[in-house]
Amino acid sequence: MESEIKYFTRGGDGSIIYMTEREIREDIDAGVADAERRGKIPPLTEDEKQHIYEIVTMPGSVVGVAPEDTVVSTSDSGSDKFTTKCGIPLERSIGAMVHERVLGADSVDIGNEDYNYKTVKGIAKREAAVLKRALGTTTIPLFYGAMPDLGFYTKPDGPVDNWAELLPLGKVDEALAAQEQAVEHSVHDILYVAQQVDAVGGDGIHIDTAGAAGDGDFLATLKAAEAIKSKYPNLGVSIGMSGEFVLGMHGRLKYGGKRLAGLYAHDQVKLAEEAGADIFGPVVNTNSDKSFPWNIARVCTFLKACSEAANIPIHANAGMGVCGVPMVENMSSDVVSRVDKCLIEICKIDGL
Amino acid sequence: MEATHAIAAGMGGVRTAGDLVLRVQLAKKLRINEAKQYVADKLGVSITELCDVITMTDLRERYGFGLPHYEPDASVNIGMEAKFRIAEKLGIRINSVEKFKELAGTAV
Repeated sequence: MESEIKYFTRGGDGSIIYMTEREIREDIDAGVADAERRGKIPPLTEDEKQHIYEIVTMPGSVVGVAPEDTVVSTSDSGSDKFTTKCGIPLERSIGAMVHERVLGADSVDIGNEDYNYKTVKGIAKREAAVLKRALGTTTIPLFYGAMPDLGFYTKPDGPVDNWAELLPLGKVDEALAAQEQAVEHSVHDILYVAQQVDAVGGDGIHIDTAGAAGDGDFLATLKAAEAIKSKYPNLGVSIGMSGEFVLGMHGRLKYGGKRLAGLYAHDQVKLAEEAGADIFGPVVNTNSDKSFPWNIARVCTFLKACSEAANIPIHANAGMGVCGVPMVENMSSDVVSRVDKCLIEICKIDGL
Repeated sequence: MEATHAIAAGMGGVRTAGDLVLRVQLAKKLRINEAKQYVADKLGVSITELCDVITMTDLRERYGFGLPHYEPDASVNIGMEAKFRIAEKLGIRINSVEKFKELAGTAV
């Protein structure tokens, strides 16, 4: 007989909600169906949906995986977050040591607080000096990361016309051309930063929030990854996405003959592989109006398909507002640990 | 949030072998189970031991692989020196180690 007990869980905005077994199961079904419809991917099995239900309703403020199933971690601008997020003045190479010896991080990213490649290009040698200092005193792999942020290349701050202004004027060809020019500027800047990172012996470069400005942004990421692996083959490349599918701001851009607009994680990862990336970080957006059971079921449907399609390690982006983590600044461990357990036990991810 | 990830699902970096497994992911594009098995085979331990803080603290101390705690009276066991030993034991190339050799004029 169906239980009328109401279970503690959370909304996508992090707020406490209570749901019955029937309500949780209905939301899990609906989340799976939404991902299946949008991604044109297989649904989760009944056993997998049951496992999500058990994880959601499991007692405990923190749940975990078996020790043998633990995964490794990468981050975005991790070493700078003590300063930018917590207001603790801590130089980044020291932050890297804290991540290594206090937080137990498996790697860390020495990213600038203005986390985009256009900014970093102008101070790349200075940034490389921070990375070099950190490399001498830490044991864990160190990445240097930033975002392509294609919008930064538009006038008046950048060199190309603003496609968001051209499109409403009906200047479609000019808007497309502007995005194509911005792609080339972005690839050039990312490659320049990669050169400095490689010169001091960085373990990898992280291209983060890829696709934030649409298909041009994702194309710049893929072309940069390909160029980095060609020129600096010993430098690892990690690609982290910005959203669950690639926005068609241009609409006609392709990589390897595949149109980029509208691709979900299971297709994105194949292009990341083709570009030579070593690690891929998929994203599924958290809907803050829906429940955690709805969100995590939807996430697991997308990421199971991505993980099954992948031949390279998958490090799911499980930060604020993505992959089932609620859209809130100060996070509750009950929901984050349940996200981790679902992603590892159902989606078979390789890292977080 | 990073602390929750580490406690609920993380290998724990130099507390176990998380940094070594991630290095193998980068060097060989291996998925998590294959990367763990590669490192476990190189170190002669089981997967359970590879993910165990007590076992790996002893092993990392023995091999000089870097630890979360600092032993000022012991030989240097954190940072570049540790990475030299890790690269050799795992049979992988570590970029910073190779650059260090180049700068020191000892690259082969």
